[in-house]
Amino acid sequence: MLILNCPYCGESADETELAPGGEAHLRREGPESQDEAFESYLFHRSNPKGVHFERWRHAFGCGKWFIAARCTATLEVFGTYAAQTSCPPQEIVDKISERRPDRRGASGS
Amino acid sequence: MSTRLKSGGRRIDRSRPVTFSFDGARLRGYRGDTLASALLANDRMLVGRSFKYHRPRGIVASGSEEPNALVGLEEGDLFEPNQRATTTELYDGLTARSQNRWPSLSMDFGAVTSRLSRVLPAGFYYKTFLRPRSFWKHVYEPLIRRSAGLGYAPNPEARDPDRYEHFYLHVDVLIVGGGIAGIQSALAAGRAGARVLLIEQSAHWGGRSPADHSGGKQSVNNIPVDKYVDECLAELGTMPHVQCRTRTMGAGVYDHGYVLAYERVGDHLPGEGALRHRLWKIRTGRIITATGAIERPIAFPGNDLPGVMLASAARDYLIDFGVSMGKHPLVLANNDSAYETAFLLQDQGVDVAAIVDARTGDAGGVAQEAVERGLRVIRGGGVSSVKGRRRVEGVTICDQRGAGTALEEISCDAIAMSGGWSPAVHLWSHSGGKLTWDARQFCFRPDVDNSARGADGAPYVIAAGAASGEMTLAAAVKDGHAAGLRAAAELGYNGAAQSEPVATRVEEAAIEPVWIMPSQAPVTLREKAFLDFQNDVKVSDVELAAREGFESVEHAKRYTTLGMATDQGKLSNINGIAILSDALGRPIPQTGTTTFRPPYTPISFGSIAGSQTGPRFLPIRRTPIQDWHEEQGAYFEPVGHWRRPYCYPRGDESHSDAVAREILQTRNHVGLLDASTLGKIVVKGPDAGRLLDMLYTGRMSTLKPGRCRYGLMCSENGFLMDDGVVARLDEETFLCHTTTGGADHIHAHMEDWLQTEWWDWKVYTANLTEQFAQIAVVGPKSREVLERLGGMNLGRDALPFMGWCEGMLAGISARIFRISFSGELSYEIAVAADQGIELWEKFLAAGQDFGISPYGTEALHVMRAEKGFIMIGDETDGTVIPQDLGLDWAIAKGKDDYIGKRAQMRSHMIDPDRWKLVGLETVDGSVLPEGAYAVASGKTSIGQRATQGRVTSSYHSPTLGRGIAMGLVLRGPERMGDELEFPGTDGQVYKARLVSPVFYNPEGTKQDA
Repeated sequence: MLILNCPYCGESADETELAPGGEAHLRREGPESQDEAFESYLFHRSNPKGVHFERWRHAFGCGKWFIAARCTATLEVFGTYAAQTSCPPQEIVDKISERRPDRRGASGS
Repeated sequence: MSTRLKSGGRRIDRSRPVTFSFDGARLRGYRGDTLASALLANDRMLVGRSFKYHRPRGIVASGSEEPNALVGLEEGDLFEPNQRATTTELYDGLTARSQNRWPSLSMDFGAVTSRLSRVLPAGFYYKTFLRPRSFWKHVYEPLIRRSAGLGYAPNPEARDPDRYEHFYLHVDVLIVGGGIAGIQSALAAGRAGARVLLIEQSAHWGGRSPADHSGGKQSVNNIPVDKYVDECLAELGTMPHVQCRTRTMGAGVYDHGYVLAYERVGDHLPGEGALRHRLWKIRTGRIITATGAIERPIAFPGNDLPGVMLASAARDYLIDFGVSMGKHPLVLANNDSAYETAFLLQDQGVDVAAIVDARTGDAGGVAQEAVERGLRVIRGGGVSSVKGRRRVEGVTICDQRGAGTALEEISCDAIAMSGGWSPAVHLWSHSGGKLTWDARQFCFRPDVDNSARGADGAPYVIAAGAASGEMTLAAAVKDGHAAGLRAAAELGYNGAAQSEPVATRVEEAAIEPVWIMPSQAPVTLREKAFLDFQNDVKVSDVELAAREGFESVEHAKRYTTLGMATDQGKLSNINGIAILSDALGRPIPQTGTTTFRPPYTPISFGSIAGSQTGPRFLPIRRTPIQDWHEEQGAYFEPVGHWRRPYCYPRGDESHSDAVAREILQTRNHVGLLDASTLGKIVVKGPDAGRLLDMLYTGRMSTLKPGRCRYGLMCSENGFLMDDGVVARLDEETFLCHTTTGGADHIHAHMEDWLQTEWWDWKVYTANLTEQFAQIAVVGPKSREVLERLGGMNLGRDALPFMGWCEGMLAGISARIFRISFSGELSYEIAVAADQGIELWEKFLAAGQDFGISPYGTEALHVMRAEKGFIMIGDETDGTVIPQDLGLDWAIAKGKDDYIGKRAQMRSHMIDPDRWKLVGLETVDGSVLPEGAYAVASGKTSIGQRATQGRVTSSYHSPTLGRGIAMGLVLRGPERMGDELEFPGTDGQVYKARLVSPVFYNPEGTKQDA
């Protein structure tokens, strides 16, 4: 059972306090989008073995959404950060590069 | 025969005899016995029957690894099946029954299957019951169901009277296992200042050390090991930051240092009102698994007969309980440790028949000692058969390297066997720790460089002592000390100044692996050599699985059921893996182990439920008017976590009569509804209108303060998820009503979009559902009732339809919404929750002469259906878009975007062949069955009858005196007047005509009155 630090309230929250929200940093496709782009936005999700960016809500705590960067294989957490961003902050990217030097392109998209 | 010796037994109190019963026989034991030791003391060597062949089985082990000695404990409400006799502490009056036998343990008809074992090989279920097909239902399945299972499920009417609880704890270091290594770890970590919890599954500290390692005669820091254990515990007891718990088993290790432990608080204290079990939910910085090692049986022909026991268990029964496994036991081994059993038995005056040592290499010190003691040692020997039907009477000795040719017969009444030791790596492995093959000790041990990792990426599971493969006392003590120091240091506690404990060093001769005895055994012997005693898996079964292509250990396990019994293969897995590897001609590490999953040993359902039973199982949400409903004898139905009145029957009125009365009263005069459960979410801020324009299909930003608008909310994939009335409170504030079940998830949906997509918009949301009581006053007399309360002008012009106002109603601060879900003149009045009941009673008093009465959810449903209003969950099911329901009027035409808009443009969503909402009127006025399908001509691709629609809501309308229904029908709105056929599950075919879904007052004059 994971522990994630809520970047808003500072609590280290048990998984039972959190609600999962799937892959982070998706770009919304609106009414102008092409079928293929919209289909991808609505249905296609990456499922990597390794570094992953996920949305979590501190549902039974402060109620805020945040994003966790973690390794799906070892469950190492590289960091959590506020959801009000379209890409991971530099310090998270740096931490991932340091911990996973072989990984290419440590961005969220 | 097994017997209690005149002296010995450090766990038992011979001054306190205890009486218990087994299969109806009254037997005696002592305080401190386990059920197993007390049965052995009474020469009860036969204690159960195996699962598949019903073979007679005896006690093999002394702890939680026991596969055979499973009993049904107690009777009635207290009955529990499959309790291990080896871990059941004896108490006065204990009642146990053996299992899996009929009519009795010694006379079991099921044992006939044992004679059929040649035709019941591994996988026989899959092979035998395939054909003929018709036999499955009438022959095979009833047969299997009758003979399957171990023990009996408790009577479903029985109710567990015991209490259970959950316990939460955060510690720095959790140490599982109160043996010498675990105790040493706790001491090192505790002295360094770390917060420590040390748990031990049994009732005693010290683990195997007092029974192993020269029969407990070795020492630590020159102190005899049992004394040393006592001294350590005394020191731990002085540390306020260290807790020690016996009878507490480490059940499972989960991610990020989360551990479940299972404490058997009151099993040994029945009737004293103690808590029964406690489930500990622990978060720990580091976990040290000092779980010891488990001795392996030897696979020799006849090894499952009662009287064959692990050599370590024989020592335990002797030292702890003063019980000898037999009068003339034989010791069979491939390593040094079993010699201790022979020595201890001899020291107690028991006549040891012989030590049969399968090894041929250099004999070590213990073999020398055996000779000096005058014991007979047969080197390089094996056992090729066991005499006796229900217990051991003798063995045939053979050459271990041969095919089983008899060399001599030895008379004996018990066999103490040891095939070596396997570290208990379960907890190490639960959360991802890897194993490595130890080619010197022939076991899997933790790969210390591949531990499970925590959130910070650092290893957090540390194996210590025998659980890490450090089998000698000296090594275990040293390893435990190092593990405790390391755990503490990694968490910032400095304990480096401690001196390392030093224990006696004893050289041991090397183990020689024995996976099958004798090594060249023919099939006739291999099919008598058992690997898994509980599930009756033999060497020949695993070899058959290998021949039939089950090469993966996980497949072979499932095919043969090896290790799938209640003991989860604690004794059988390594032997089975070795046999499989041998059959496939590949090294053991390449075969690997099966996955270790929690719990380590079974835990009770009661402990999982904890105190969340009965009324605490699912707390019920209550409206401010709930007490009143209950006093009226309302009939309730669950709606979300609420219980809402379905109707209010009077006297012996039926529910349908009550519903009809409530509807007619409301339609003709006035009725009251407790609408407090409706979701109420305030959305406030300069961008509130902008947000609502995205959340709703309609345009909310143009709503004027003082006005209300019906809104639809869709998910991003276009499907309708909720509906409700939105009121604009002021320029920056909206109040959004949601469905009763939707309040929480709709609020979460709003926050999701607000926080993660449009985070720069200036809006706040708040879910105020429980802050308000809301009462609907409905019917032609509703305005009059409200006016009688006085304080507000509610005239048609002052408060028109779809308007709202606020003021003091009968002296209570109120918001009044003129909205209608029934088609009648109707008001919904929201007041502070704590004034709800006061207002409710004022309405009842003011409307008395109109016969005002409350109505329930069923009347609400019927009235909305009469009016053609949809209900989320009836007309919608997660595949329905607003356009299907004829709600295009509630979708703003000129809006660029809203959540779900793009999805509603996808080709399938604009397909003219979608099923759309219509009213359904039965030709004969009867009520259509809910959920019934309208059939079409022809068949579908899978041969089923084609359909063209279905009923979504159906009621008897007391207003119209006939059945009314709504449904979704293929191109429905274009086919008004068509007649469709709806076959019911009652065999009847219902005919209904497609009509407008608005059955009542379609002009809307009543709600606008």
